[in-house]
Amino acid sequence: MISLAILLPVFGALALLLIGNRDEAKDGFIRNLTLGVSMATFGVTLALWATFDQSVTAPAFQFVERLPWIPAFGIEYYVGIDGLSLMLIVLTGFLTPIALLTSWESIEHKVKEFSIFMLMLEAAMIGVFASLDLFLFYIFWDILLIPMYFLIGIWGYDQRLYAAIKFILYTLAGSVLMLIAIIGLSWMHHAATGAYSFDVLELYALDIPYSTQYWCFLAFALAFAIKVPLFPFHTWLPDAHVQAPTPGSVILAGVLLKMGGFGLIRFAFPLFPEAAAYFAPFIATLSVIAIVYGALIAMVQPDMKKLVAYSSVSHMGFVVLGIAAMNVEGVQGASYQMLAHGVSTGGLFALVGMMSDRRHTRLISEYGGIKTVMPRLTAAFLIITLSSVGLPGMNGFVGEFLIMLGAFGWDPRFVVGAGLGVILSAVYMLWMFQRVFYGKVTNAHNRDLPDLSFREWAIIGPLVAMAVVMGVLPNLFLKPMEPAVRSIVERVQAHQPDSHAAADSGAASMEGH
Amino acid sequence: MTTYSFDAVIPIVCVTLAGLVVMLAEAFRGRGEKMPLGGLAVIGLVGAAASSVLLWNRNATSFGVVTADNFALFLNLVLVAVGLMTVLITAQTADRDKLPAGEFYATALFALVGMMLMVQASDLLVMFLALETMSIAVYVMTGIRREAVNGTEAAFKYFLLGAFASAFFLYGVAFLYGTTGSTSLDRIGTIVASQAMAPNPLVLMAVGMLLVGFAFKVAAVPFHMWSPDAYEGAPAVVTGFMSTGVKAAAIAGFTRVFLSALEPMIGYWAPALWVIAAATMVLGTVVGVQQTSIKRMLAYSSIAHGGYLLLGLLAGSDVGKASILFYLAAYALTNLGAFGIIALLGSYSRDNDNLRDYAGLWHSHPVLATLMALFLLSLGGFPPTAGFIAKWYVFSAAIGAGYYWLAIIGFLSSVVSVYFYLRIVVMMFMTDRDARPVPAPVTGIALAGLALSLAGVLYLGVLPSQVIEWAQASVATIF
Repeated sequence: MISLAILLPVFGALALLLIGNRDEAKDGFIRNLTLGVSMATFGVTLALWATFDQSVTAPAFQFVERLPWIPAFGIEYYVGIDGLSLMLIVLTGFLTPIALLTSWESIEHKVKEFSIFMLMLEAAMIGVFASLDLFLFYIFWDILLIPMYFLIGIWGYDQRLYAAIKFILYTLAGSVLMLIAIIGLSWMHHAATGAYSFDVLELYALDIPYSTQYWCFLAFALAFAIKVPLFPFHTWLPDAHVQAPTPGSVILAGVLLKMGGFGLIRFAFPLFPEAAAYFAPFIATLSVIAIVYGALIAMVQPDMKKLVAYSSVSHMGFVVLGIAAMNVEGVQGASYQMLAHGVSTGGLFALVGMMSDRRHTRLISEYGGIKTVMPRLTAAFLIITLSSVGLPGMNGFVGEFLIMLGAFGWDPRFVVGAGLGVILSAVYMLWMFQRVFYGKVTNAHNRDLPDLSFREWAIIGPLVAMAVVMGVLPNLFLKPMEPAVRSIVERVQAHQPDSHAAADSGAASMEGH
Repeated sequence: MTTYSFDAVIPIVCVTLAGLVVMLAEAFRGRGEKMPLGGLAVIGLVGAAASSVLLWNRNATSFGVVTADNFALFLNLVLVAVGLMTVLITAQTADRDKLPAGEFYATALFALVGMMLMVQASDLLVMFLALETMSIAVYVMTGIRREAVNGTEAAFKYFLLGAFASAFFLYGVAFLYGTTGSTSLDRIGTIVASQAMAPNPLVLMAVGMLLVGFAFKVAAVPFHMWSPDAYEGAPAVVTGFMSTGVKAAAIAGFTRVFLSALEPMIGYWAPALWVIAAATMVLGTVVGVQQTSIKRMLAYSSIAHGGYLLLGLLAGSDVGKASILFYLAAYALTNLGAFGIIALLGSYSRDNDNLRDYAGLWHSHPVLATLMALFLLSLGGFPPTAGFIAKWYVFSAAIGAGYYWLAIIGFLSSVVSVYFYLRIVVMMFMTDRDARPVPAPVTGIALAGLALSLAGVLYLGVLPSQVIEWAQASVATIF
């Protein structure tokens, strides 16, 4: 069934390739077909969730499919999901149709090619989350860069070429070092057992000397830190986000950044637990810097899209902090924060895109008093803003709270910085909201902007609903993830008995909230 | 094993006969008469491919100097693919460029004869013969457009430097003969192995000389100076031909000599090769970034790819040797596709190989632009193309042999190379077409060639396991 979720978009893209559309007469049909394919894929991901076994006795990885691919090197097509990847796959399925809808009026030329790239992107994202073979994982990880590169480079704004090249080179530089470490792991497995393997679960069991772990962890962590992006590797992100077309930004912020966090949880920490224990305080320090620095930079941005981009740096800092804490609360919080950030930041980019579709500017100073012109958009923007700043009862709160709980159990000093970030996020988001929506309409161009259209309701409605549902019923999402998170945390802690053992008492079931 | 027969030379004979027939046909051709010369070449190549397949696993030897082990046969097939692609592309460009078709096909076939003999030679003198056959034919092909000034210049430069390198190679053979009394690789290997602890200084000199000779043909730094000029001056079809065929033959000879006869001396030549490989990868990519001519850019890219191939050679293990074979197959298909497109977009008066000429190609030639993008992504090593699997394979061999730093240098240089491949993609897809004339549309047989090459690139990228197994089988039984 996972293969179906990967193959549906691939077949959709191939079908689109066969449709002749030189005079762009079939744009409407292509848009509908693409949306249909992505909705069907979303349906498959929901079916995965519905049939996912959440009982205590359930196997860790479900829906496993494995086929030999390059048997000479033990490389397999090996996919399977636990609760963590399940949730991220559902997020991918959820955000792709929304991103496609945001493109319907902003992408006007080469619609067919655009749709092909979006579907390729979706397939690769699901593949990244579902792969249990490191080689396969790397392939999906790398394939993904190509459609994103074209999306930014062809349909982006003025500085798109620079942003696209920077995006691909940054990511690639990190990931090739990871590939070296992956190859090294397969050779270590060969040395230990006489057979090559890229199977993550088998590689978990490998006994790797500390000095090797040190370098391999650095290589993996660098690749993921660039993707997250963690300070100081974040400089590609504002460029890519600001220059990407709205659907690109939604996917980039909504799903692509999560691959970094997912990689840290699934690969970097459990594969190299001793090295992870050594580096965790450094990573946590960087993440606290990212939280505060991202917030401060966001505060002074004149451009709404850039502001949201830097707020991503800050929010993803929380995710990394939770992972570095490596206790159940922290990692649960990090996973939850990834989902919440996908919804709220995806929503913010979609809303900013709607405003920029109308006015062709994203400068805060060009707006003001929008509340009286577009009350419905304002309401949606307010809800998403509040969810982004972590108002209790909204989705942002749960993740940040759990992360801080986890970090407090590990090392309270980091919580101070993170707490500062929470306050700052309220400052920059609400300040932007105030400048854009409140007051009098100062700019004559803004006087008769139309409010949300039906299509835009279809975009923002589900996002607003999710922001509330995730805030009110967090257990719906936390429960499937818990066994996965627990087993990873236990695996890591088993290798570092001194530092983390105490923090796990009274583990984070969310019943108390 | 020791039964002498003609079997091992059959693939070479097929191509030689085709070359002779084409030459005779050309000589007796009436003025203006049309002849399917390309078809004759294809027949010869198919014969070579078929006989190579039939000889598989037979380990035939002829005259004690030509061997048809699987290693050579695998490369024969790669070389046949190189020849076929060249013929298919030339079918469309020969008239346009006013190339003398008969001479062109005959020369290309004789070059292929040299290359096949080079991969099959088990004797240094035969290898030298092969090297010269190949080189002289390729010098001629480089300058085949006599009215093009830079083509003539390129051919002359290539010839002068090439002759110099051949002399180095021959000196190396002479020194080895002087110390061991033989030019047979087996015999040399035995004697060199017996004195590996305290080698004769003459043997060391011979190793150095042979290293220079091969490094020149592979276009490894610092012996690469000829290649950007030769690649830029030659017609694009020829550039594609020599950047893949010559490189494949040279690497094959390099591998055979250094990993069989001279393997006992690995402690002496490995450090030198380490430096050469690192310099080749770094210089190829860093200088490639600054180029504005696409042919020149891909010339530097092909230097860098030579560096990656040397990684496999340096690793020396079975994985390394098999990775060289796979890499050569993947690289040949990809590079021929890319140069094929460059050739098709040129015209008689202008090569159209400046970066600016590719602006907006996507809008005027969507299919060609997409094919070119895929070939470039393969050269850059992106999945799901052949380039990725090939790169993973050689780097895996290097890491397995403990060359971590070289692997890191190689991977980072490949990231830099992605930058210049993407410059072409940016031009094609993300820049608007300016007022330059639109090149003629591409049809028929050349497009079929490109499609085949793309099919190969994707096949090796998505389902590589069969070819990997053949590559492994090719090195399992020999040296």
